[in-house]
Formats: sequence, C-alpha cells, structure tokens
Amino acid sequence: MIVVVILLVPVVAALLVLVPLGRRWMSGVTVVASIANLVLTGALALDVVAGRLPRELHDGGWSRWIAIDGLSALILVLIALVATTAAIYSVGYMEHGHLAVRKLRLYYANYNLFVFSMLAIPSVAEPTLAWIVVELTTLCSALLVSFENTREALEAAWKYVVLSLMGAGIALLGFLTLFASMQAAGGGTYTWAGLVEVAPRMPPLLLQTSFLLILIGLGTKVGLVPMHTWLPDAHSQAPSPVCALLSGVETTSILYVVLRMLPIIEAVPGAHAATWMLVLGLLSVGFSAFLLLQVHDYKRLFAFSTVEHMGIILTAVGLGASAAGYGAMQQVVNHSVTKSFCFFAAGAALLAVRTRDIASVRGLIRRSPVAGSALIFGGLAITGAPPLAVFMSEFAIIRAGLAQGKYVATGLLAVFIVIAFFGIMIHLNRMVFGADDDGPGNERHEPETAKFSLPASCNVALVLAAVPVLVLGVYVPEPLHRLIAMAAATLTR
Amino acid sequence: MSDGAAQLLDSLDALACGLFLLTSFGIVATRQARGCLQLFIAQSLLLAASAALLGLRFHAAHLYGVALVNLVTKPIIVPWLLRKTSPAGIYTRREVEQVLNIPVTLTISLALAIFAYFVGIPLARAAGPQFVGPNVPIGVAGLLLGALTLTVRREALPLLVGLLAMENGAFLAGISIARDLGMLVELAIATDGLVIVFIMGVLVRAVQQHVGTTAVGELASLRESGGQSGDAEVTT
Repeated sequence: MIVVVILLVPVVAALLVLVPLGRRWMSGVTVVASIANLVLTGALALDVVAGRLPRELHDGGWSRWIAIDGLSALILVLIALVATTAAIYSVGYMEHGHLAVRKLRLYYANYNLFVFSMLAIPSVAEPTLAWIVVELTTLCSALLVSFENTREALEAAWKYVVLSLMGAGIALLGFLTLFASMQAAGGGTYTWAGLVEVAPRMPPLLLQTSFLLILIGLGTKVGLVPMHTWLPDAHSQAPSPVCALLSGVETTSILYVVLRMLPIIEAVPGAHAATWMLVLGLLSVGFSAFLLLQVHDYKRLFAFSTVEHMGIILTAVGLGASAAGYGAMQQVVNHSVTKSFCFFAAGAALLAVRTRDIASVRGLIRRSPVAGSALIFGGLAITGAPPLAVFMSEFAIIRAGLAQGKYVATGLLAVFIVIAFFGIMIHLNRMVFGADDDGPGNERHEPETAKFSLPASCNVALVLAAVPVLVLGVYVPEPLHRLIAMAAATLTR
Repeated sequence: MSDGAAQLLDSLDALACGLFLLTSFGIVATRQARGCLQLFIAQSLLLAASAALLGLRFHAAHLYGVALVNLVTKPIIVPWLLRKTSPAGIYTRREVEQVLNIPVTLTISLALAIFAYFVGIPLARAAGPQFVGPNVPIGVAGLLLGALTLTVRREALPLLVGLLAMENGAFLAGISIARDLGMLVELAIATDGLVIVFIMGVLVRAVQQHVGTTAVGELASLRESGGQSGDAEVTT
C-alpha cells in the first residue's frame, strides 16, 4: 500500500531523529527519508497518470479513508519535492547556527512531522479527516516558526497559531454542515468522491453555507486577503528552509482542500462559487501587489508574494474555463518550485549579510556572488519574467481569461502582476547591485568586503531547486502535462 | 419513546444550550484568567450534557461517545496539560485593559447572538425537520463569541479558551445536525484539541521566557510601516 508507506516514511524519520547518534545522523535521516518519499510519490504519480491505481484504492476498507487522483498525486509530488530540497538545504543552513544538539533534534523531528501532516492532506478521502490534518500542519509547524525564539519569531508563531486555528474553527462548522447536507440528501459515503456524487440532491442553502465557511476558514490559512495578516510574519520569521515549506507547499496543500469543494458546490445552480473565488483572488493579488512596494524585510517580500500567488491561483480557478483550470494547476506547480527557490536564495543572503533589512543590504553580488545571483534569479522567476516557469502559467491564465471574454478581471490581474514585478525587483535590484554608499542603511551596517561562501549543501539545494524553475519554463514533460490536465479536470464536475 | 419523555429531553437539551450560551457570554467578559478557564470547563460539561441528551432522544449511541470524550478531555486533561506546559502565572493574571471595555463587548456579543439566531434557524431547517432545536443557532453563537474573545483579549489563557470555545460552539451545532459522523473522527478531533493546548502552552512558556510577558496579544512589532522587523538578527 504505497500511500500508507509514503505517510509512514516521515513519521519513522521523525522517530529515528530522536535516536541520539549525533548531528550528521539527524540531517542524514531527514534527507534520505525525503528522497525516498520523492521517489515513492513520483512512482505513485506515474501510476495515476497511466491509470494504474493500486487495487486497494478502488475497493475494500481503504477507499473510505484514503483516495488518490490526479489532483492529490500532483500535490503529493510537489510536497515531496520541496521537502527534499529543503532538507538538503537545512543540512548546511542549520549547521551554520551552531545550535545545541537538543535544539537541532527538535528542528528535524518537527520538520518530519510537518512534512507528514502536509502529505496527509491530499491523501485522506474524508473531509473531516482532511480538516484534522490541516490543523496538524498548523500545530506541527508552530514550533518551527517560533524556532529562533526571538521576540519577533514568537509573535509570528502566536499570530499564526491563533489565526489559523480561528479559521479552522469556522471551517469545522463548515465541514459539519457539509456532512449534514449529505445526510439531508439521503446519505452516502462521506468522502470527496462520495460528496460529488450526491451533491445535486443536497439542500442548496446548507451546501452554500458550508462552502463559504470552508472558503473563509481555510482561506485564512491559505493567506487570502483580508485574512492574510499572519502570513507575512510567519513565513518570514521561520528558518529559511521552513519558509520554503510553508510558502511553497503548505499554502498549496490547504488550497487543495478548498479546490476539492469546487465540483461539489458547482452542483448547485447559481451558487456563485467561481465569483467568490474570483473576488477573493483578485483582492489578494491587488492588495499584496501594493503592499510589496513598502516592505522593509526581504523575506517578507517573498511572503507577500505568496499571498499574491495564492490570489492568482484562485483568480484562475474563478475564471472558470478548463484552460484556466489547467493554468491554475500549472501555477500551483510553478509557484511551489519557484517560491521554495526564492526562500533558499533569501536564506543564502541572510547567511551572508545577517540582516533582513532591505535598506542595509547593498552590493550583495560582491559579498556573495552566489546569494546575489540566486536572489535576482529568484526574483525574476517568481514575478513571472520569461522564459521562466511562472511566466508560462501566468501567460496561460491570462490567455484563458481573455478567451473567456472576462476582460476586466483578466486586465486587473495583469496590471497587478506587473505592479508586483516592479515591487519585488526594485527592492532586490538595489540589494544585489546597489552601490555601498547608496541608501540610509550604510551607516548602520559596515560594508563587508570579504567574500562569503555558502555551505556546500545550500549550494546543492539551490542548484537542484533551480532546475525545475528553468526547465518548466520551456518544456513540460509529458507525464507532468497529463497529471496537470487530470488535476484540472477534477476541478469541474 | 413516549411523547412526554421526548418533550422532557427536548426541554432539558434547550436548558443545556441556554446555559451554554451564558457561559459563552461569561468567557467574553470575565477579566480573571482562572474564571475564564472555569467557565470553559462548565461550557464543555454542558456540551457533553447536550450530546448525551440528544443521544438519548434520537437513539444515537455514538453521541454518548462524544459526551464521554468531552467529559474526559476538557475538564480533566486540558487543565492538567496547561499546568504541565505553561507558566503558572497565566492563571493569576487579571486583565485590566481590554481592547474594548466590557459593556461595549457585551453589547457586541448580544448583537452576534441575535445574528447567530437568524443564521442558525434557517440552516437547521434546511437540514431537515427533525433538527429544529436550539443547538444550531446557539452553536453558531458560541463560535462567533469565541471569535470575539480572540479579538478583544490580550492575555494568553483567555485567548486559548476563546479558541477552544469556538470549537465547542461548532460542536454544539454539529452534534445536532451531523449526528453520525463516526467515532474515529470524533476521537481525532478531541485529540486535536489537546494538541492545540499543548502547543499553545509551550508557546506561552517560550514567550514568557524570552519576552517576559504572558499578554501575548500585546506583541506587535511585526508590521510594514515600522520597519523594525528588518533589524532583527537571526540564526547566527
């Protein structure tokens, strides 16, 4: 049973980390487990694409609890991919902090548990169980966000936990209402697939209420405006590899649950689910595009960009055509690989200059050529410069939107994306290429002329993470293309 | 079941729900941190009572399970976990300054409760004729009042209680409309509540150690305009 193995691997890794065999052991176990899981999820995804699902998933007791289709396989692969690069990155990054063994053990144990909780979201078939594992992601990552125990990190973690759990409380009522609406429709199996089946018979009022409660409740955790306030804090205060996980895949895996509601709610005529998503999406893109201009902290810059990208995905889904659905799923993939790279680059810059303040970093390219060029590359990639991955998907979304005749929404989306491009690149450009005497931060931060070299594992992770960003911009491999198409197909009835 | 017995159970359930609503108001308005926790425990007991009564009324055996889980986890394990994880100081704290003063908060609470009534009744009606009772509107009210607690409080313990009260509210509505959810799921949700308490307890302890306060709501250095956050040194 491959899915169970995938879920067990990080749990076993978390237990193995607790065995006191030194620093190398903890990071080694985590890296090996992540790579193993990447292979397993890859194999599972290939099976899904080829239509060869394990038999247990079709019948028997399993299908009640575990279900895998195109959408969930896609999310699983993304989580495993980012978990792998982030684990490799962690090796050098966390060593750099000269942490006590006990602290490092806490990090790796939590890291693996967090990966487990994320992998569980797309695997479970029952909505309330999905809600529980969404809660688990919050709880497993809370201590990672507060890991550095600074005042800011603790504040960020507290806000993260309180707002996420508040959202979860609202979503819980949504899921219970969803269950009630299924009972009112005459019952059935309470799984995502079962819900799609009985959806046309559900009382519209109940179904709509549950959809809104879930959209708002889980939207809090996805970071949709106006429930996003915790996200820039949490996604910037955590250690960089954790930021990569939080921003790259945690948001997407929560968004997965919201997307699962789509084929169910579409059974109700006039539910306006697409409109809700379009409005929330555009609001998130627009709001974050303007906020990007006034950010002082470069990790927050990328965190706000996550709010923007979640908005783009939601807008794409809201635009509604199957082409936009494909674009949305492509955007999910590209955002995950690109955003994780961005946080690796930001982490590299942080190691080199030891401050997160944009104004006090100038001429990074001279201090650390690797960090500087990675930051510029990441910035260009995440803002959608051609020919990198995000450009492809954003282009696909805008083209689909125009083909639909939704000129206003598509136009707004394009404008916001351009504003976000300038917002991010202005800051990064100054940091990387700016002259040392440029900017007010100069007197606070002495220009360090000595070259800084990154830990080897960070370099490896940066290169590995850059590969999909480059490749997906020009070429989508056939299996991935089919997987994305399958995922897009599950968004509609 | 005879009509008289059913009616009696219905009225008892209504009584439990009414008292539940009162405890929700109490949680919003009580200044004493310990009092907040005690009100929460009372609220959980009422939730358990309502679950047991509904179980009896509709012969839903699994609602007894819900009642039992609530009886064990919230009045016993939650305070125990809090004692284990968080600093003792959080109990004795008394909030002098809330974001809003108590009369204003209570007025807002009242408005929320009325709003919940108008939202909850149609919801319960849509679920089917057998669901019309006070559980759904009062559950929604509990959820909203829990959220209000989260917005007006600053001290760690009342905030935690607010979160758990939101969950209680969702459950109070849930046990009436989603009766056959399944024991495994209920158990998982209960465990989840305990993990919440554990993690938040650990966080509060860390905040007290490193920042020296348990008024976690007052931490507000991370914003765009201040530019303070960028100066923070990290990892190394």
